[in-house]
Amino acid sequence: MNPNTIPTSAPTGRRAPSAEDAFSLDENPPVAVSRKRRRLPSLGGIVGLLILGFWLLMAVIGPFVAPYGANGLVSDDVFGPMSQAFPLGTDYLGRDILSRLLHGAPYTIGVALLATVVACLAGVVLGLVAAASGGWIDAVVSRAQDALIAIPNKIFALIMVAAFGSSVPLLVIMAAFAYMPGSYRIARSVAVNVMTMDFVQVARTRGEAMPYIIFVEVLPNMLRPVLTDFGLRFVYVVLLLSAMSFLGLGVQPPDADWGSLVRENIQGLGEGAPAVLAPAVAIATLTMGVNLLIDSLGGRTKREMEN
Amino acid sequence: MNSTIARLVIGRLGIGVLMLLIVSLVVFFLTSLLPGDAVQEQLGQAATPEAVAAMRAQLGLDQPIHLRYMHWLGGLITGNPGVSLVNGMAVDEMISSRLPNTLSLAAITAMVSVPLALTIGILSAMYRGSIFDRYTNMLAVFAVSVPEFLIATIAVLIFAVKLGWLSALSRTVDVETFGELISVYAMPVMTLCCVLVAQMARMTRAAIIDQLSSPYVEMAVLKGARPIRVVLRHALPNAIGPIANAVALSLSYLLGGVIIVESIFNYPGIATLMLNGVVTRDMPLVQACVMLFCLGFLMLVLIADICAIVSNPRLRK
Repeated sequence: MNPNTIPTSAPTGRRAPSAEDAFSLDENPPVAVSRKRRRLPSLGGIVGLLILGFWLLMAVIGPFVAPYGANGLVSDDVFGPMSQAFPLGTDYLGRDILSRLLHGAPYTIGVALLATVVACLAGVVLGLVAAASGGWIDAVVSRAQDALIAIPNKIFALIMVAAFGSSVPLLVIMAAFAYMPGSYRIARSVAVNVMTMDFVQVARTRGEAMPYIIFVEVLPNMLRPVLTDFGLRFVYVVLLLSAMSFLGLGVQPPDADWGSLVRENIQGLGEGAPAVLAPAVAIATLTMGVNLLIDSLGGRTKREMEN
Repeated sequence: MNSTIARLVIGRLGIGVLMLLIVSLVVFFLTSLLPGDAVQEQLGQAATPEAVAAMRAQLGLDQPIHLRYMHWLGGLITGNPGVSLVNGMAVDEMISSRLPNTLSLAAITAMVSVPLALTIGILSAMYRGSIFDRYTNMLAVFAVSVPEFLIATIAVLIFAVKLGWLSALSRTVDVETFGELISVYAMPVMTLCCVLVAQMARMTRAAIIDQLSSPYVEMAVLKGARPIRVVLRHALPNAIGPIANAVALSLSYLLGGVIIVESIFNYPGIATLMLNGVVTRDMPLVQACVMLFCLGFLMLVLIADICAIVSNPRLRK
């Protein structure tokens, strides 16, 4: 569930095992080889980049290149198979799945991207503030984040929807709140490490103001782990929002993201209709693409597993 | 068990109780920010303001919020979480009729996934870098980064549509033979296991590899012990603590996973009950179910922490 509950407070000599070890411990090749490899992006990385680039493009131009309208009843064939006219088949009302998929791309990708940006921005800013000021501010902010972590993400999402009803702004706020604590923890721990570096000490001794130290000295040096974390968090947000839509509690009709497409066509599963599989596969390619890209960047410092 | 460990464990229990209290505050105030919604919805748009007010008084919604919180918390602790706003049934009865279903689903999943994950994790740690290791690693990344409903969909397509072995919907009425048991639980358990096994196997592998890089293992290897003996006799006993920790943390995934899986397979468990509550905005039901899930989650995290404390060799005397 939530990886952030790995007990950092427990005074264990060993670290709790986490998936990051699975990746970092293997890499023990001679230095020269690893340098050479680092310059050449791996095949997986290129594939991931292409997939991600494709979907990001579709999130922008998808609705304009779709062959039919999002709600156009274009076929008499319900749960139709793949064909020349309908490349991914038709849905439970006879609408073109490819068109619905392309119209849904801005929802699935756009909403998740927005939520991730908000979550990471809030997490990083709070993490920096906590690391820079220390003392009681650090303690209060950290404990508040701990309290948020104690509620599993999906449960938190259900409470928010039960309390406020589902709408796109609520989904963004909900996902941002759910994933801010993880981002905060990583940003804070990286920032605390950077803060102890000599160049920060020098800047302090020079008498630089706190904003200068934070933005000019510390932030550029923590960009890489923060960006890696951003990618992973994006995957989790996509999965959470798709799950909510699948449960009928996410994006509401007549709009539909990919999770909603799976939900509305689930009766077609018994007939083996492509209408169910296509949107689910679309989500999987998006999340796998981001994963491949992050893996190849080698910056998987905190490969957290979450559902 | 010495006094240091006892002190740490008791401290951790205290933090757990405090966390649960904070969670109850968050849950209650979030679900109470918009009062009267359910009453208005139940009575319809045509209800007179007097009728709404009377209904709210009857449900105790006219009291100040801190009194309602105390009342609600007291009810939860004494096992009386209130009455459903939708059908007037006692919430604890609704929950207790569904809870065994969810618990048995979780128990079967755990029984299948833990041995499987430990085997895969130990094997891939022993043969690190082999084809087996690479493929399991790739499958694990795949399993944790695709939505559960894709895995469930594929399972249904293969086993119900193409092969026709299982029906796409679960029924838990009259499970008598072993065959019926399998036909009900096979696909939900399979779906849940995919993600669970992937997480647990990777964490087990990491815990064992962590041990394999330590000096005493090198010593055993130099002594000429066979690889299987090095792993099972030397590394594994020392990795038990981290592995138990990993198993408890991974099992907490079940709490989120069952929501999707019960919904796909129409399984009559506590998660589908909670979903109905969310859809009909039946707040007492949602609050009680949510607290139950958070309790389960905090308990698993607590167990994971205690495993880590107890297994820490530095605290042994």
